[in-house]
This record gives sequence, structure tokens and C-alpha cells, in this order.
Amino acid sequence: MKSAVVVFPGINRDRDIIHALTTITGMKPVTVWHGEQTLPDVDLVVIPGGFSYGDYLRCGAIAARSPIMADMLAKAAKGVLILGICNGFQILTEAGLLPGALMRNSELKFVCRQVKLKVENNRTFFTRRLAAGAILRCPVAHGEGNYVAAHDTLRRLEDEGRIVFRYAENSNPNGAVNDIAGIMNEAGNVIGMMPHPENMIEPLHGAADCRPLFESLKEAA
Amino acid sequence: MKAKIRITLKKGVLDPQGKAIEGALGSLGFIGVENVRQGKYIELEMAETDAEKARVQIRSMCEKLLANTIIENYDIELA
Repeated sequence: MKSAVVVFPGINRDRDIIHALTTITGMKPVTVWHGEQTLPDVDLVVIPGGFSYGDYLRCGAIAARSPIMADMLAKAAKGVLILGICNGFQILTEAGLLPGALMRNSELKFVCRQVKLKVENNRTFFTRRLAAGAILRCPVAHGEGNYVAAHDTLRRLEDEGRIVFRYAENSNPNGAVNDIAGIMNEAGNVIGMMPHPENMIEPLHGAADCRPLFESLKEAA
Repeated sequence: MKAKIRITLKKGVLDPQGKAIEGALGSLGFIGVENVRQGKYIELEMAETDAEKARVQIRSMCEKLLANTIIENYDIELA
């Protein structure tokens, strides 16, 4: 499986995701700077976490208008797999590739801790190695992860099985509506999530609960 | 031409920052304060001299970047 990791100024989880993709899928991703006009020919594009443009204006707002994003929209329409983690999720919503928005955490605090993540839909490119309802321990680290969407958008997401991950066992860290931690687009090739599965893949992380997510990608090519 | 743009959260969108400000005002002794909402204010200068054309451009700026219309409204004032 060929992959690319897009880097914007202020992104800081790029090395974590490159490590996860390289060790688990066996192929090192190509790194692409946001100022490029085109993405390489790959099966998967990942936007990592961080603080692109210092979260100025709104989280992800400036990055979502970067030169590389035009090709990202074109590739998404062609079915290329796209995964946005944390700031990457915020960028995907700002770019209109995923519905809704991520607002300030309801408690107004940056949260950096472990949550319980429930795999709500296991028929996606990122969850197919897990059972539906599986609970994963996974870290979160964000100040703006409070997912909101218009009432009819939410109903569609729920009815169409597009909630991929939910915070479980009262571990919702940010007030996200319906405990939503990750969603996908209508076609199922774009997934965004606030937690950081790339930081829960080996014993040194404390546990490897999220390793099967990356193993799912091996079947994606 | 100078433009002043006010960006506010839509009605019904929870505003935790506004709530925190409301709480702080209460603890300072300002009683009877409610519905505090925090927004953004942006000023910019444009070469365009025609007010209608300027307004069309700013509306487009708001739709494309300055506001997230899923959660925010915007209001334009030209001077």
C-alpha cells in the first residue's frame, strides 16, 4: 500500500504517523509539503495532527486553503483514501471533505489523556480488522474536538452508519455531540478522527490497541 | 475602502467561551448578565472603491475563509 503524509507549517505528529505506517504496512510513506500542487500517485493520503498555522482564525481553516488541497479534493472525488487525525480532521471539515465542525472543548481546556474508543462501524478501510463494538484505549490531545453538525447532517451520519468511532464508557473528553470521535464521508473513502491511534501501536506506548487499525490499511491497496 | 466584519456564532450553537465569560462577570459582581456570546472582528482595507463590488468580494471572502458558515454568521460594514 502506497501512502503519502501531507505536512503543513505547525503540524507536529507527522513523524508519529510515518513511523506507524512504515512499521505496520511495511512501506514508508512519501512526505508532501503543503505548497506542492499535486499529490503523488498513492492509495492513501494522511493529514497528521498538530497546530497548522498556529490554529489562527479557526483550527485547520488556513491549511484547508493551501495549494495542495485542490488536488486533495480531486483525489478524494476519485476515491483515493484520505485519513485526517486531530488537526487533520479539523482540516478535512474546513475543506468540506467531511461535514460538521470542531469547536472549543466544552470544558474549555486542552485535554491530553487516554479515552475509550468504540469502533462503531467496522466496514471501513481503517477498521475492517476489528469487530464492531470493539473498545480501544487511545490517547487524545486537543483543545478543539467538540464535534457539532446541523441536526439533519447528524441524522444522516447516524442513519448511514457514518459514525466510525464514538467515545465510550463516559470518556467523551470534549462534549462532542452523540459522543462522536470519528466520521466518514458518504463514499467511505475519507475518514476523520480526533484521537491519535498512531500513538497506541506498540508496548512502549503503553498498549497496542490501535495497531489493527493500521493493519486494516494493508488490505486497502 | 475599509471594511469591518463581525463574525458571530449562530443561534443554538453552544458557546463555552461565552459561558466562561458570563461566569467570570458574575463572580465580579455584575448581576443580571446573560447570553454572553464571543465572536471575532476583522478589519481590512480594499483597493475597490465601489461599495457594491466591495461587498460582493467580502461576502465571498467570508464564505470561503473568514467564517465557517456551518457554525458562524457574518455581518459586513463598509466605511
